Amino acid sequence: MNDAMAFLLWTKGPMLNLALGIFALGVAVRLVEILILGRAKNYAEPRAPEWIGGAKALVSRTLPDPGTFRRAPFDVLIGWLWHIGFILVLLFFVPHVELIRGVLGFAWPALPTPLVDVSTALTILGLIAALVHRLTHPVKRFLSTGEDYLIWAVVFMVVLTGYLSYHRLITPYPLALGMHILSAEIFLILVPLTRLSHLFTAFIARWYTGAHFGRKGVEA
Amino acid sequence: MPQRSHSTLGELLVKQGVSRRSFLRFCAAATSLLALPPSLVPVFAESLAKARRPSVIWLSFQECTGCTESLTRSHAPNLEDLILNALSLEYHHTLQAASGEAAEAARLQAIAENKGQYLVIVDGSVPGPNSEPGYSTIAGHSNYDILLETVDQAAVVIAVGSCAAFGGLPAAEPNPTGARPIMELVKDKPLVTIPGCPPIPMAISGVVAHYLAFGRLPELDQYLRPLAFYGQSIHDRCYRRPFYDKGLFAEGFDDEGAKRGWCLYRLGCKGPITYNACATMKWNDGTSWPVEAGHPCLGCSEPRFWDAGGFYRAVSVPLTLGPNTLLGAGAVGIAAGAVAGALARRRARIAERTLPPVSIEELEAKQ
Repeated sequence: MNDAMAFLLWTKGPMLNLALGIFALGVAVRLVEILILGRAKNYAEPRAPEWIGGAKALVSRTLPDPGTFRRAPFDVLIGWLWHIGFILVLLFFVPHVELIRGVLGFAWPALPTPLVDVSTALTILGLIAALVHRLTHPVKRFLSTGEDYLIWAVVFMVVLTGYLSYHRLITPYPLALGMHILSAEIFLILVPLTRLSHLFTAFIARWYTGAHFGRKGVEA
Repeated sequence: MPQRSHSTLGELLVKQGVSRRSFLRFCAAATSLLALPPSLVPVFAESLAKARRPSVIWLSFQECTGCTESLTRSHAPNLEDLILNALSLEYHHTLQAASGEAAEAARLQAIAENKGQYLVIVDGSVPGPNSEPGYSTIAGHSNYDILLETVDQAAVVIAVGSCAAFGGLPAAEPNPTGARPIMELVKDKPLVTIPGCPPIPMAISGVVAHYLAFGRLPELDQYLRPLAFYGQSIHDRCYRRPFYDKGLFAEGFDDEGAKRGWCLYRLGCKGPITYNACATMKWNDGTSWPVEAGHPCLGCSEPRFWDAGGFYRAVSVPLTLGPNTLLGAGAVGIAAGAVAGALARRRARIAERTLPPVSIEELEAKQ
């Protein structure tokens, strides 16, 4: 009968150490490897400083250009909706902020919980919409691999179990919270091993592309 | 051999000078506490008045007597007193006058005379069947043997306090005595747990009243706690909850936030993971409760609350992980990444030097 609490304590203790250890180690390996590998040296004289192009691309490749939005408004809107919802909940929910403070030793103010609640609900709806679209759109379906569905499932589980715990829809409560923490730990472990690593590499790639084009004096 | 009373509860209360009006008021309070519909009040009152004075054996094992203290410190005259006075408490270490062999004889006599009808209230955890029995004995018998002997003929077993319900302090890591909760040792009897360190007195008397009136236990949750008292979390019923939702927290026990009565989450309040009725029923005759007094909830009515992280650390803070683990793993990762990166670079250089150039003709020939 103490099993649920034992499970919660395991997810908060040894399993968290393991997951965050793999996460930190894996992400460091990936980033350092990419950065050391570098690019072939370019002997041509630059037409403009690299950093201007890099910085521009960070913004321009993050915001959808009008052409992309016209061609695929659903992907842009839903993608933005759940990504922003996810990041807001991850970084600004009171217990998450305290967790970050506990791990890093510093943190920032949290958002009011009703706002976090709404963005969790929107994130869940956005994720479901994204999955339905992926399954019904022939091109997306053709391009999707098992890894894409795995990542969707893990992200969805993290958000869903969080929502269920917050609203106390699973009993006993330690089981609900333990499932949420375990989902988050699986997410952390998968970050360096799957394309979830775009969490870190997306902006590096955008910078590289932008700097490369910027050096030649053309739009990225 | 003492003469035992066979009067009904109603007759006893009249004898004690309790008016019909007070009794009905008590019944209304009890039914509302137990979350029963108001239409049941007359039924509840009638059945309770007719109930035979129940025989109760109170077993104290590995505990601190805080639960008894809690129950006997309630203010008179109230629900707890009414019920307690109406019980025939046959055996209770702290309260009984008898000692030694006479005390143990009283327990055996109560079992023999009330077979299948008496209530057993257990307070404290018990070294399990595979543990060293000598950690806790009474009159030369292990707690485990006494427990099994006593509950064998019991009608209902009530595990009072977190030690009896979940193992409590004696079962905290590393649990030297092999302490076990009652629900792991008693499997074949109607069992209810009333955890808390100590539990709210009204939760104990409410469950007893419910049993006497209806002859069965109230609705229970997964931990066998009565839902009427443990159905909602402290956090959801806390009067400081609006401050949590707004993100306003006391950072210390004497800072501006504490003075303004802001949320105690960051001071370690375990309200979000704790189910109990403190926030609504309060303590000391409804005077106050820990959070109202400015102290975070310790989560005492949940399993393993002693092991669930520091009392003054926020609920979501990891149990053992700190910045050093993360920095250590990151440093190892950087070193491993540097090695992997250097190797990849070297492979690229070697490839540049050694791979033979390919002509267009060769590529076309391959197609």
